[in-house]
Amino acid sequence: MNQTAKIPFDVTAIRKEFPILQREVNGYPLVYFDNAATSQKPQVVIDSIVDYYSNYNANIHRGVHALSQEATDAYEAARKKIQKFIGAEKQHEVIFTSGTTHSINIVANGFSHLLKSGDEILVSAMEHHSNIVPWQMLCERTGASLKVIPMNEDGTLIMEDYQALLNNNTKLVFVNHISNALGTINPVKEIIAQAHEHGAAVLIDGAQSCAHQSVDVQELDADFYVSSAHKMCGPTGIGFLYGKESWLNKLPPYQGGGEMIKEVTFEKTTYAELPHKFEAGTPNVSGGIAFGIAIDYLNSIGLQAIADYENELLEYGTEQLLTIPGLRIYGTTKAKTSVISFNLEGVHPYDVGTILDKLGIAVRTGHHCAQPIMDFYKIPGTVRASFSFYNTTEEIDRLVAGVKRAQQMLI
Amino acid sequence: MTIAEIQEEIIDEFAFFEDWMQRYEHMIALGKSLPLIDPQYKTDEFIIKGCQSKVWLHAELQDGKVMLTADSDAIITKGIVALLIRVFSGQSPEAIVNADLAFVDEIGLKEHLSPTRANGLVSMIKQIKLYAVAYQSQLKA
Repeated sequence: MNQTAKIPFDVTAIRKEFPILQREVNGYPLVYFDNAATSQKPQVVIDSIVDYYSNYNANIHRGVHALSQEATDAYEAARKKIQKFIGAEKQHEVIFTSGTTHSINIVANGFSHLLKSGDEILVSAMEHHSNIVPWQMLCERTGASLKVIPMNEDGTLIMEDYQALLNNNTKLVFVNHISNALGTINPVKEIIAQAHEHGAAVLIDGAQSCAHQSVDVQELDADFYVSSAHKMCGPTGIGFLYGKESWLNKLPPYQGGGEMIKEVTFEKTTYAELPHKFEAGTPNVSGGIAFGIAIDYLNSIGLQAIADYENELLEYGTEQLLTIPGLRIYGTTKAKTSVISFNLEGVHPYDVGTILDKLGIAVRTGHHCAQPIMDFYKIPGTVRASFSFYNTTEEIDRLVAGVKRAQQMLI
Repeated sequence: MTIAEIQEEIIDEFAFFEDWMQRYEHMIALGKSLPLIDPQYKTDEFIIKGCQSKVWLHAELQDGKVMLTADSDAIITKGIVALLIRVFSGQSPEAIVNADLAFVDEIGLKEHLSPTRANGLVSMIKQIKLYAVAYQSQLKA
């Protein structure tokens, strides 16, 4: 993690940096509790996009002119910031992608050349659809089979079952660092170590983790780690794939095009070195640069300060919501981030979400792209309130009052 | 009453409420009072696609009129379904096919629904009209 000077944690000052938090929705000041879907953006991130297009917009990596050099420098500086942020050993182990889903697909596509019939892939029971579907497609292409690591009622993985599933046919394990639907923090270090004993590679989906706790891919010994900028105060349409150099060299390129080639003749093309091998075409330059600014911003507050404050919000929110009769929280382990997934007895989550929206409170309702979890609990979905470091306990009070009002109206 | 008259009635009814919370309360009440659908029709075959909460819709032709019954697992959706049934059930296939659904915009239903619910509403109207088209051709034949 970048050791930038820390500012003291002051939520009032922080909120002023997010222009969207000043607006009203349906006549009420906005309460934004859909942070697990996407985070809001501070002014510095928004400004960095305008600045790029206003002052140094150019195509990167190939121009001889000043603008191209400036843009290239800023884009590559962002890659270095990501490298430091996640503790990667080498800069070229960080591939810019359009986001988590794209990153996962690069790996899945690459492994379709490495897997054979009889090989096994393990995914956890609490994966996002984007971490299930690419592997199902991969299994269809290769004849490998997909096995699921089951979970307990409290939303934690059953580690004994995971161990029992591992064998020498296991080639890949895919687990999210933090469940988007439940907030569970998975024991990824242990998962990775056990997979490595059987020679299996591990991809960690870090979409929910990077903005909420510090990540060190070397300490975890992750083979692949993926995330999206838009969940970390950055823009949409940009994310990264981290891969150990040895793994990235083994995978074939994902797309053909400019930037990813070294030499092209009609007989043969040789591919560019990492990271460009996986970055065909003109990349999302403004997005990459703004992603770097978002990382600077998170570092300036400090990941530990963020985690500590969000944990306070989680504890307060859990305690207050549980005072409502008939309210059940899904995902009750202690090892979780500031996500509260809940339902009111006898009430559909959509109805609760609709009433909350009328009160200016943004939550997510539905299956959160994690239908297997909903099937596990035999529910159509949940109401999910996910807190970020710019939220406050006063906003949680409004949520609790809103849920109570919805309950009165709906039952 | 004709479809147009029923729509007028609904528009008047909704004009009476001061804010959207009251309108929602009214829709919830309508949802709760919706007659139960025959359980045999609460199967996947009768689910309307495009709704994020489940909606089951059954139609049958009785004495030249389309009779509709429906249900939903979400109460506000059920209220919306109840409004549509009030407008359409008991009307002739021809009247349904030609109906102009002014009330949806007049009471601001669409703009106050989340995009997924608004899509669901469009799907429901489309499904009802499809039934009507089918019955219309059946009657002509």
